[in-house]
Amino acid sequence: MTGQTMAHAMSHGAGALNPLAASDAGDHRTLIISLFSVFVLITLGITVWAGRQTKDATDFYAGGRSFTGFQNGVAISGDYMSAASFLGIAGAISLYGYDGFLYSIGFLVAWLVALLLVAEPLRNSGRFTMADVLAFRMRQRPVRTAAGTSTIVVSIFYLLAQMVGAGSLVALLLGVTGEGPRRWIIALVGLVMVLYVIIGGMKGTTWVQIIKAVLLILGTLLITVLVLNKFDWNISSLLGAAADASGQGKSFLEPGLRYGADSTSKLDFVSLGLALVLGTAGLPHILVRFYTVPTSKAARKSVNWAIGIIGGFYLMTIALGFGAAALVGPKAISAANAAGNTAAPQLAQELGGGADSTWGAILLATISAIAFATILAVVAGLTLASSASFAHDLWANVIRKGRTSEKEEVGVAKIAAAIIGVIAIVLGIFADKLNTAALVALAFAVAASANLPTLLYSLFWKRFTTQGAVWSIYGGLTCSVTLVIFSPVVSGNPKALFPGMDFDWFPLENPGLVSIPLGFLLGWVATLLSKEEPDAGKYAELEVRSLTGAGAV
Amino acid sequence: MTTEHTRASQGPPGVERYAQVHEGPEFAELRRSFRNFAFPLTVGFISWYLLYVLLSNYAGGFMGTTVVGNINVAFVLGLLQFLTTFVIAWLYARYADSRLDPKADALREALEVPHQRQSEPTGTLSGPTGTLSGKEGDA
Repeated sequence: MTGQTMAHAMSHGAGALNPLAASDAGDHRTLIISLFSVFVLITLGITVWAGRQTKDATDFYAGGRSFTGFQNGVAISGDYMSAASFLGIAGAISLYGYDGFLYSIGFLVAWLVALLLVAEPLRNSGRFTMADVLAFRMRQRPVRTAAGTSTIVVSIFYLLAQMVGAGSLVALLLGVTGEGPRRWIIALVGLVMVLYVIIGGMKGTTWVQIIKAVLLILGTLLITVLVLNKFDWNISSLLGAAADASGQGKSFLEPGLRYGADSTSKLDFVSLGLALVLGTAGLPHILVRFYTVPTSKAARKSVNWAIGIIGGFYLMTIALGFGAAALVGPKAISAANAAGNTAAPQLAQELGGGADSTWGAILLATISAIAFATILAVVAGLTLASSASFAHDLWANVIRKGRTSEKEEVGVAKIAAAIIGVIAIVLGIFADKLNTAALVALAFAVAASANLPTLLYSLFWKRFTTQGAVWSIYGGLTCSVTLVIFSPVVSGNPKALFPGMDFDWFPLENPGLVSIPLGFLLGWVATLLSKEEPDAGKYAELEVRSLTGAGAV
Repeated sequence: MTTEHTRASQGPPGVERYAQVHEGPEFAELRRSFRNFAFPLTVGFISWYLLYVLLSNYAGGFMGTTVVGNINVAFVLGLLQFLTTFVIAWLYARYADSRLDPKADALREALEVPHQRQSEPTGTLSGPTGTLSGKEGDA
């Protein structure tokens, strides 16, 4: 049986060796554009409806706190299962086998940090942004400035990853390698995401996430069923076929293909693992989702739903990634996109019958439209979180020192959303050779270094001071971003952002191993060194509120 | 929305009330119940995850051991990470529902009741009814 499956996989692998040629593209191009347009029109309709119900700041930032635990759980899944998960992980597994699987595991286990330590206290003690909690018992201006800055930086890293995913898809789908169409699509994605945020606020964005999550789960389920069916529901033969098609044999199924080369790359693996598991609970666009439900109990329920949905989804990435390796083959995948970002749509096409078949075109179009929808929803969530933080933390509380109306604040948030949209578009025009999962891992590293230490210290360490918070946020942020700039991701090799330049003195791609402990260390040391007395009354209030929900808005 | 409005109409509890509750035995008990459950579990699952990462890195031979067919130890340990995540999430939800929520709800209600006459809100929660009526009689 294994032999049969193997031969089967081999023949398919050979058939798929030709990357999608420009001539094939015309057939499914219309279909993809139609499906995608339907999604955009429906979601924009919902956004306009949601916009009519958006009257005050609570509506705009937190969807009126009117969502149920289940709805928010689905929306969280929608926010979290980004292009990085869908395109990036499938690609990483299809090219590097087992090492790609670490992303799935780390991205999921990370939710326990959010569930056990962060979600409920945050919901109970904050109003609109992550900084509400970080600045709760501190001097407002320095801490809000720091937290607002890191919110925007993390979100922009994450936005960049999604835009790269969008760019990769265009090259595959439209069969064009030129820069022009790619730029237009990235600009279009940017425009629609800004419209979602400006018109629909959190309520509109949440419904977009819910619709997208359902579509993504259904699409992934379909591909998983088709893949497993091809291998008679035998995981072992799927893995065997993937190993054979990879040309790597058994080592494709063992750790080390991507990160096992030498001691440096092994450290990179640990660094990545650390960033993944500690990053989630520091991602501002995920944290603000907990404000959309009325109580901390509903926040807990939403995390539990999210863990179930996201866990199920990541289990399916096994079928997606190894299925793509077995049926499409790493050669065809890396020919279409060097980082493997197009493995999932290529697999869909192969499952439908190949490049020249009707079903191949239909499946490719469906999965691609879902991938676009995924990107669109996630970038909208990111834009909302970062513009909310700009308006609520930096503008209202720091620049205007609290002397501003809610109306003005929401207006500023909308302007900020437009500006962030432009930044995202400009950044997205660069860099299509980077794996989107690896890029997102950088956002995780920055979040784990700059946000998580302060969040945990604030909630659980009585002595923590303003100076500790400020040092930890800026220290973690500066260290992680600096190390990324001088890492192999940015320069020094053909796959880098600036392949022509060479200033990569930091050997690891992911800075987490250095910057996360540093963030924690700085928060601790700066607190011990600070002369101010921590505000015991405010800490008592924070602790009581965060555990009981008393006084929660 | 409704929740917000109801709560807003009651007015936020004052700072001194938070301090009182914070010093009371009920709150200490709630905090202990939460921390004794959440903190060791956090250390546990992070260690278990890091063990898995380190094994992947430095114990390639062990991880490559065949379990059945093409399924090796690495794959099984990876799936176990999924399993433990689901189990921990379920355990916490169950624990929070039965052990944390009742305590938290009682404290919150005591804090949010308007025109509370008790000088020590925590006393009303666990104390015998005699204490309650006695104090009210004094007031």
